[in-house]
Amino acid sequence: MIQEESFDIAVIGAGAAGLAAAAETSSAGKTTLVIDREDHPGGILRQCIHNGFGLRYFKEELTGPEYAERFTEKALKAGAKIRSGTSVTSLVKEADGTFTLIALSSREGVRKIHARAVILAMGCGERSRGNIAVPGSRPAGVFTAGAAQKLLNTEGILPGKKAVIVGSGDIGLIMARRLSWTGIEVKAVVEIMPYPAGLVRNIVQCLDDFGIPLYLEHSVVNILGRERVEGVEIAPFSGGIPQMEQKFQVECDTVLFSVGLIPENELSRSAGVKLNPSTGGPLVDSNYETTVPGIFAGGNVLHVHDLADFVSEEAENAAKMAVRRLDGEDCGEKNPVKVESNLKYVIPNTYQSGRKTRFAFRSLIVSNQAELEAELNGKVIWKKHYSTVRPSEMILVELDGKLLQEKGELIFRLKKGE
Amino acid sequence: MIYDVAVIGAGVTGAATAWQLSHYQLKNVLLERCADVSFGVSKANSGIIHGGFHHPVSTLKAKLEIRGNLMFERLQHELGFPFKRTGILVIAFSPEEMSTVHKLYEQGLANGVRDLEMCGRDRLLQLEPKLNPEVIGGFFAPGGGTIEPYRYVFSLVEAAKRNDTDLKCNFEVVQAEREDNAWVIQSANGETVRAKYVVNAAGLFADRVSRIFGAEEFTIHPRKGEEYLLDRNSSARPERVIFPVPTAHSKGVLVIPTAEGTTMIGPTADPVDSKWDTSTDADHMKKILSLVRNMVNGISPRDLITSFAGLRPVMDHEDFYIALSEKAPNFIQAAGIQSPGLTASPAIGEYIKDLLKSAGLPLLEKIHIVTELAPKHEIRHESLEEMDRLHQEDPAWTHIVCRCEKISEAEIVEAVRKGHTTLDGVKFYTRAGMGRCQGGFCTARIMKIISRETGIPMEELTKKGGGSRLAAGRLGDLEVQINQNREASHDSGRVL
Repeated sequence: MIQEESFDIAVIGAGAAGLAAAAETSSAGKTTLVIDREDHPGGILRQCIHNGFGLRYFKEELTGPEYAERFTEKALKAGAKIRSGTSVTSLVKEADGTFTLIALSSREGVRKIHARAVILAMGCGERSRGNIAVPGSRPAGVFTAGAAQKLLNTEGILPGKKAVIVGSGDIGLIMARRLSWTGIEVKAVVEIMPYPAGLVRNIVQCLDDFGIPLYLEHSVVNILGRERVEGVEIAPFSGGIPQMEQKFQVECDTVLFSVGLIPENELSRSAGVKLNPSTGGPLVDSNYETTVPGIFAGGNVLHVHDLADFVSEEAENAAKMAVRRLDGEDCGEKNPVKVESNLKYVIPNTYQSGRKTRFAFRSLIVSNQAELEAELNGKVIWKKHYSTVRPSEMILVELDGKLLQEKGELIFRLKKGE
Repeated sequence: MIYDVAVIGAGVTGAATAWQLSHYQLKNVLLERCADVSFGVSKANSGIIHGGFHHPVSTLKAKLEIRGNLMFERLQHELGFPFKRTGILVIAFSPEEMSTVHKLYEQGLANGVRDLEMCGRDRLLQLEPKLNPEVIGGFFAPGGGTIEPYRYVFSLVEAAKRNDTDLKCNFEVVQAEREDNAWVIQSANGETVRAKYVVNAAGLFADRVSRIFGAEEFTIHPRKGEEYLLDRNSSARPERVIFPVPTAHSKGVLVIPTAEGTTMIGPTADPVDSKWDTSTDADHMKKILSLVRNMVNGISPRDLITSFAGLRPVMDHEDFYIALSEKAPNFIQAAGIQSPGLTASPAIGEYIKDLLKSAGLPLLEKIHIVTELAPKHEIRHESLEEMDRLHQEDPAWTHIVCRCEKISEAEIVEAVRKGHTTLDGVKFYTRAGMGRCQGGFCTARIMKIISRETGIPMEELTKKGGGSRLAAGRLGDLEVQINQNREASHDSGRVL
């Protein structure tokens, strides 16, 4: 007999998002089950042994595992149940509007979990060498930065002795420092764009402090080696193509890829949730509710954040909305929100008139002078000046309900200053 | 001890031969250079079961292809590897291409392939709605299909082993001589095997092996084929294998719905100098993408999950060379087995068995033959009730290790216990690490399981044997020298 259990809310994923969401829903009196495939709650935070977490949320500097511990306690204290070592293999909406999840674990075998609402908090995964089709041979020694981080920080395994890091995403930068501390020589960080993909503080603390060269507008055009990596070829990148006549070789035995993160939405997709091609995450309304009523999303599963604190905050907001919806609140009107010039995306994708709403954006440009403006029904209702905008940093703004009185189409655009 | 037959090379040819021979009262051995079976030419095969129309029946390859094609249902039933008779569409976009289509269709009929069907545009789009609507015609070969080539080899070898065939991996043949009417075969690492008969199924290195045995001189030319794999979510996945009209040297760049649900595009066909050159190339990728996007709608580089390349072992005359050596005694050549070698392989096995018989090998059927392998459980295909039952048997069945492909710990343990102790061996046996994240999530977990099951420390595990170590040591092994004064390289490298 397959055992069945029922909860008000099922949260999928016990990382920075899922734990925060579960703490919120449990505090509001909703029975909550958090399901997570790792053996311990915390998600990717557990392998992030560096500090820099919690400055915003807890007003102190924590390591990833410490940050995870805080939220685990918070969720448990609020009454949430956390089921670790458990994979959700299916998520289905039943005819009566409830959800059935199939959860597999070695401890409990097959379980059917019933829930009135679901919060997606699966986070994101890394793009790999294969996704960007880097040419060359296929020797051992090629890892994503996160996989190498896991090997090193949770298993104590050195991925190699001399590394080149492809992409300047935050995980790659943090790994550059981490590798240096273990005695692995980081020969280069290679970034195809004219600006780094990671946060400025990570460029300073992880590369500059260790004298690690960062090659902007360069790409790895060949991976060499038959059995184990023996080197890479790097070429300047301009006009959308590598300048092969200027390529040069760097000897190394390890190549780490930090070339972007993709929200993990396999389950969402299978449940019929519509995704936004600009984020890779679900389309959500101002309640963080996806296109499948009763399924909410927050954190990196929705869009990739730069800080864990923002992930937890967003998931908390999604959880608050899920509680209100379970308590019978109408999902409200859905007025479209769009982005125009110089913005990659906006979250959420709708607003409700008269309600205070938080919007998250990603800039497409690097600029030291910029103005973000909001236009509603053809009138500019709000603008803000930024002394720096860059793709690596999320822009967060909260618009007061008074500004959003009118129903209509809300458009955001980013104007580059002189 | 003296083996009756030593088969050199555990790719499709060697494995199919070893499986055939394992039905007889013989004691045979399969010798493989790599750390695992199918790790040579066969691993990077496109996995097409061809339709019998590409080559004239005057060639040996066509004869064996047509017979081999018909043997796969039974083999699948017995051995349980992924195989689907999806059918093949050969499509044309111009009258010139249509004339080639007609020739192929006629050739197929002449070869005795009875169920070919000429198709106009409407019929093609009915058979495969994802085709570029500018297609003008083509034909349908319902007998074609797709297979997972390495899984097929694993099954053949496993079945041969169940029937008392020995397998020696990491056995690279470097020397051979005759002694007391038998071959004495030496490996690079000093092992010796004695056998009365030898089958040279050494793929890319069949020329070298032939020379080592003092047999015929010939050259195997590597011809590279690059393949690109699309995620199982790709909207481009067709129902059937889509072929363009072929060129002189290749069957062209295809769109392949693999038997495990992904979509593969490729292969290229380029002669290369080195038998080790399995690198991929950015220009070739662009070429493949532009060719297949003209054939099937919805193919996007966004869906790429990995790429790889394989080498076809090509001989000058382009046909298979399967014959008793005229120079070396009791030595069978099975060389130049390029496309359609996979399709032909069951028939090649039979053909080699008959050659051995004609050379005097007595073939008496065994009384007890294992003809069927126990079905392999795969948690991704089981019902909830069956998952529950498997969990009662072993809790590892409901511990998912590879989330993209839904592979359980029990499947990985099974792979390791069956001798697949490298990361690639586990990957090809179970699919763990073959999905969209390409092992980003599960590599460390799989390494832990292999290490636990074999006792090999994690840092000594390899990707594919030999020097392909996955790690360089343990934390604390390296001397830490943080050089805060690398300003010179900093300045030259930093292009901010």
